[in-house]
Order: sequence, then C-alpha cells, then structure tokens
Amino acid sequence: MTLMNVKEVLDSEEFTFAEKILTMKQVEPKDVKRAGEIAIVSVDLAAGQDGTTPLAIRVFEEMGGGKVWDPSKILFVIDHTYPSSSAEISSLHKLMRSFAYKQGIRVVEGSVIHQVILEEYAVPGMLIVGADSHTTTHGAVGAFATGIGSTELAAVMLEGRIWLKVPSTIRVRLEGPLPKGVYAKDVALHVIGEIGAEGANYKSIEWTGETTSKLSVASRATLCNMSMEAGAKNAVVEYDAVTEEYLKEVGRNPMAIIRSGRKAEVEDELCVECSKLEPMVAAPSRVDNVKPVGEVEGTPIDQAFVGSCTNGRLEDLIEVAKILRGRRVKEGVRLIVTPASRKVYMDALRLGVLEVLFEAGAVVTNPTCGACVGTHLGVLGEGEVAISSSNRNFVGRMGHPSSKVYLASPATVAASAIKGAIADPREFL
Amino acid sequence: MSVIRGRVWKFGDNVDTDVIIPFKYKAKTIDPQELAQHVMEGIDPHFPKKVRPGDIIVAGRNFGCGSSREQAPLAIKAAGIAAVVAESFARIFFRNAINIGLPVLEVKGIFEKTDEGDVLEIDLHQGMVKNLSKGLSFKASSMPDMLMEILKEGGLVNYIKKRRACPQ
Repeated sequence: MTLMNVKEVLDSEEFTFAEKILTMKQVEPKDVKRAGEIAIVSVDLAAGQDGTTPLAIRVFEEMGGGKVWDPSKILFVIDHTYPSSSAEISSLHKLMRSFAYKQGIRVVEGSVIHQVILEEYAVPGMLIVGADSHTTTHGAVGAFATGIGSTELAAVMLEGRIWLKVPSTIRVRLEGPLPKGVYAKDVALHVIGEIGAEGANYKSIEWTGETTSKLSVASRATLCNMSMEAGAKNAVVEYDAVTEEYLKEVGRNPMAIIRSGRKAEVEDELCVECSKLEPMVAAPSRVDNVKPVGEVEGTPIDQAFVGSCTNGRLEDLIEVAKILRGRRVKEGVRLIVTPASRKVYMDALRLGVLEVLFEAGAVVTNPTCGACVGTHLGVLGEGEVAISSSNRNFVGRMGHPSSKVYLASPATVAASAIKGAIADPREFL
Repeated sequence: MSVIRGRVWKFGDNVDTDVIIPFKYKAKTIDPQELAQHVMEGIDPHFPKKVRPGDIIVAGRNFGCGSSREQAPLAIKAAGIAAVVAESFARIFFRNAINIGLPVLEVKGIFEKTDEGDVLEIDLHQGMVKNLSKGLSFKASSMPDMLMEILKEGGLVNYIKKRRACPQ
C-alpha cells in the first residue's frame, strides 16, 4: 500500500477495526497494514498476572534488564492464587512485588486482572497486551487487546513494542431480542459451538448487530472474553452510546474512536438470530462441545461456581441473586461465588446481593481466579462434577483429571445449584 | 539446530495448555526442569518418564490451545522434546514456542501418515519434514523471516541480547 495519513485510514470504509488500529499504532506508521501483514506496534498497556509475570521478570533480567520502558504503562495483578495458598506461590508473589516496587510498577492484589483493566484502564483505541489469554476481554470498550506469553511481556517491558500479524476478521452479527434466561454467555457458547475451538484462531472477531448494541459493557466483556475460546487474537464491540455512557461513569476518555469499515473485506460473516437461542452448556471437556441445557438437564453436580473474568461481574451476581432469593442450595452441593474484583464485591455487598447469596447457602470468596484455574477455593476432587460460569472445561482444569466441568451462564449455574443437578434457569425466572 | 532427527510421540487435536502443564504445578515454580517432570501429565501420566531428549511431538489441530502460559512450551522443551510438528497451532502457544526457541512446524497432512515411534528428520531452514520410517516427505507452512531469525537465535532472549533491540 502507498503512504496514507492516519486520519484517512481511520475514516476509510475499506479497512477492518484490526487493520485500522494496528496501522495507527505502528512505531513508524509508514503504510497501511492489511490482514496477514506484520506490524511493529507501540503498546499502551502491558499487563501480567501471578501465573505469568514471575517468569517474565526472570526473562527480563536475562535480556539485560535495567529499567522498564515506562512503568506507568505496566500493570501487575496478583489474582490467580490470591491470597497465596502455599509457601512456593508466596515466593513468586514476593518476586513480583519486589520487582514492581523497584521499577515503580503498580501492583493490584486480590482482583481479577481483566476486571481491573476494564474498571480502571481500558478505553477505546487503546492497544493492550496481557500475559493472560483472556486479555481479549477489553474489546468490550473498543480497545485492541490480545494475549501474549511471559517472554514477550518481558520484551514489551523492555521496549514498549511488539510485532503483531494483522488478523483477518470474522463478523458476528447478533440480531433479535435475547429470550428470558438467555445471556451473552449463552450467545458466546452458541457461536463457539458453531465455529469450533479453532474457528477464530489468529482472527479478529467483530461483534455487531442490534442485539450487541443493546448489551451492557459487562455482557460485551463476556462476549469478547469467550472469543478467546474460539482462538481469537482479539475481539471487539464498536464504540457506541453504551460505551460512551460507561466511560462517563468511570471518568475516562477514548484514545481514539475506531469504526470498522463497512466495505472492509472480512473473512467470514455470521448472523445469530438470538430470539431462537436457549440457555446453552459446554459439556466436558471441550469449550466447543455445546448443547442446549435440556440435553444435559438432570446431570448431578457436586459444585457450582460463579465467578472469573468471564462472568464474575455485578450483573452476573445480581442474576444469581434473583434466582436464589428465598431458595436454598441443594444439600451436599457447594455453590462458590467469587466476585471478579474488590469493586464488584463492594457493590454487591452494598446492594444486598451477597446477603441473598449467603442466605441461600453460597460460599462467597474473596476475588481471585481460584476455582476457575483449579488452584484454591474450590478444587474438584476425583470424579466430581461442576457447573461453572467460567471459560474452560478442559481435562483437569478445575482439579482432579477425572473431574468434569460444564460451562454455562451464571443463571444456569444458580438454577443447577438449587436442584443439585444441571437445570434450566427459565423455570426460576 | 537446523536438522533435527528424533522419534515420534503422537497426540491428537486440541491439546490444551492445561493438560500440557496443569496450573497447580506452574503456579508454584518457574523452574523448567521441575515443570518438565509433569509435562503432558493430563493426557499420559507416564509421559515424563517415557520421553527422551531429541524426541518429537506430532499432533493434530490447534495444539496448545487455551491459556497463555509459557510454561507449556517451556515444560515440553525442558523435557527434551526437540520440536513439535502439528496440523495447526493455537496462536499464543506458537508465539511462546518461537520465543523460547522450541521449533514448531505447521505441517498439513502429517498426522494421519505418521505413527508413534516413527523417526522424523526436520530441516528447519528448508521447512521440510521427512518421515524416515515410512519414506515420506512433507512441506511445512512457511514462517515469516522474523520468526525464523528468533528461532535461529534460540529464542527472543538471545535475539534481543545479540541485537540489543526487540524485533523491528
């Protein structure tokens, strides 16, 4: 492509969101980067958590270390095992803190990384890399956000830039009202079931359509978060009135408002008629093993989990409370509710949501990734079965290799906790 | 490193990073040797004992899907695996493997035609994979030059040390 100025690119109808933002973020923005080309881009925020950052710190030192490129653009979050459940993990947390304090990097403890970024950092037009696969979440506010590994986090900490192949784009248009008992999570599971766990590998997913435009930022975060489970490099919902309202609430301004070109070449376009959807479940042990809840209804469970960067936000906890109000969790079943951040926890506390959950028999834990990654606060035993609002049901993900995980919306998890077996939330709504 | 010869261990489609190295192990240590003692435990608990330095993994589609944990390719490399050949890779695993200097090759059609225990010969520069046991040859998907450079240096750490700069 010939030389173009950035404004022309952003205004053009010919380029996708990914092409526009990666063109704009180039360290030396000489030419337009189309899908398949490699762009060297500047990073606006680099984040890491306690499962990935200790290794990044070691690698950073191996690379020559010294001072990080810009401590104000780096964020460490201790969330995967918080508070630590063992002396070894505590040592790794100590390593993170001492490196961060020395470098002037902010460390947030005891909130889930993606919820922290959503609440305090992400804005439209931002380029975020995170040493955590679910970094795709932040497309919910129109950022380009993607997951990287520890060595790359180290390299970004060193120089603030990264190479990214510009992804081709899949547009998923959501139309029609969501029926009762059907949420963004069910839509995401449905789409993953359709396109498969590899269906968006290396690609950018643009969530569009009338239904998407009516979803809250929290629900959009669920869509963008789950996009990773189809392999997506990033996912995005275009800036609109909902984004604008959200930014006003949190007191932040866009870096850039980037609209995907209406005539841009996309690799695939899907349309989902949401009014026809039912509550969905991903059965063990693949996220794309998706079925309507009716097909697995009655499967006995040992544990029900509500939480994670996918579905641990206030609106999720409110849905769960609606279903649990005046009801009890089945005897012998553990319902574990883990708010995604301290803010979510505090909001739910003030609104009386936690009281409803507690009265129903739920265990409300501190914010952490905990049960979702099988480290603490709800590790499954041999042969146990769980239903979970999180994002992965791989073999051994939440505990013993013989345990089984069904993924579903928070509402389906709540209904199942009451019945002690996988249940359709619609009968409680 | 340009020519790799080794015997094959086969794994199927969608081998995720949780089965390559469960979080409970990687949460506790960043020592590659310790991680290697549990590599692939989620699929075959005996694998860490069976694998020998220089062996090669041949897998199906979407190898390394799931979490961004670099401990997955690190555990594979520390266990002595010389290369991973798959029908396709999940993107973060692919990046991580290159960055730590673990050769990864996308080779369409190899899975069906390779059996466990076969001996493969991989020419990284040519992007060719030969199954010496069966007398078959396969072409790997081409890799951007920059990635090949990183791999040749043995990973991003050496690449950056040598050039005193990140890829540009």
